[in-house]
Amino acid sequence: MDNLPTNQSINRDVGVAALFIAALRRDLMLSLRRKSELVNPLIFFLMVITLFPLGVSPEPGFLAQLAPGVLWVSALLATLLSMDSLFRSDFDDGSLEQLLLSPQPLFIVVLAKIAAHWMMTGLALTLVAPLIGVMLFLPSEGMPGLMLSLLLGTPTLSLVGAIGAALTVGLRKGGVLISLLVLPLYIPVLIFGTGAVQAAVTGLPIGGYLALLGALLALGITLAPLAVAAALRISVSG
Amino acid sequence: MSEVLLRVEKLFCERDDRVLFDGLSFSVDSGEIVQIEGANGSGKTTLLRILSGLSRNYEGDIFWREEPVEQARDRYCRELLYFGHQPGVKALLSAEENLRWYCALSPSLDPSRIRAALAEVGLSGFEDVPCHTLSAGQHRRVSLARLYLSDAPLWILDEPFTAIDKRGVAAKEALIGRHIARGGSVILTTHQDLQGSGAVRRINLDKQMEPNG
Repeated sequence: MDNLPTNQSINRDVGVAALFIAALRRDLMLSLRRKSELVNPLIFFLMVITLFPLGVSPEPGFLAQLAPGVLWVSALLATLLSMDSLFRSDFDDGSLEQLLLSPQPLFIVVLAKIAAHWMMTGLALTLVAPLIGVMLFLPSEGMPGLMLSLLLGTPTLSLVGAIGAALTVGLRKGGVLISLLVLPLYIPVLIFGTGAVQAAVTGLPIGGYLALLGALLALGITLAPLAVAAALRISVSG
Repeated sequence: MSEVLLRVEKLFCERDDRVLFDGLSFSVDSGEIVQIEGANGSGKTTLLRILSGLSRNYEGDIFWREEPVEQARDRYCRELLYFGHQPGVKALLSAEENLRWYCALSPSLDPSRIRAALAEVGLSGFEDVPCHTLSAGQHRRVSLARLYLSDAPLWILDEPFTAIDKRGVAAKEALIGRHIARGGSVILTTHQDLQGSGAVRRINLDKQMEPNG
């Protein structure tokens, strides 16, 4: 009977890039096979936007004024609603335990999971946003600002939300707690996001707003996965 | 020539104001099976979670190859296979996709043996079926297939035989026997008696808690 290989001979480590892609593929595959969770944020986004003119006023000038704020707030809430499911199923079926026991860097896997989540929520919202903008009579000058600010802002929402999701995954009813933890941190993104759209509508330069959103995103990408990894360890340990 | 792989000293764990174990010391040598016994709720799963490093909710020292486990964390993770209470099988993925993911996660699993491992656990023909269509026993078998892929020296198995039929249990026991013969070691909890797997050391958590026991 051959002996077990020694530690040195076990070097089937996949590289960091391959690990990222494997994790991204797995999570995208999971969301594509669970269609309801995929369309939920989009339907929520659409519903809020279509109900708004009915509740307030269908007058074009008034709606155009409200459009940047309404679009951003509903995108933010749609992201927030989908956050709880990020680690929930992995926690329930034990995959998360296996993930934490892996010698591979947790940072990379967490980043890939957040990226997959963003593609299914933030990116999808960004892509339908111009259509919704037209429904709210947002002037066409505002469209680039809307798209760019959402493109830079929604990944930050996913990153920050993931910290809340990781902290509350061990609790049975973490849904409300997530909102309380995460909403204050969403406010800067909301302010700069709507600011960019309003500036674009009035023809002012939007570079400054986008730079700030980009800075927040860079900060989020580098620090949020660390916080998420630590939070997951606490949640599973409890 | 057996080597001490895992050594536990004066382990203490309290949960909800109830002491589960206190002053628990034992070691696991290579080529040894350690069976954790105890009534339901005596802390078997908690002990295994502490040993695997998932739970930090303890006092005492754990050494892996005579190194404190916190310092040897990376090496320990490489040389450990943990089979937990939940099998960790994604219901929406097929058996093969599930195992491929675990191969990407841990280098001690050999992806080239996935098909063979699924055949060994009696799931050939079910490789590409989403796991939610499988039965509870088959579900656990998907996760147990990891044992056939593993080169890790230490296996920590929490109730590995739950929902597995008689022939499956016999096959798993034979597999554990082969692992032991290769110089690996196994820590497991089960309510069944292990048969024909050689020397089994038993640690009883109930007796451990008796006064002066």
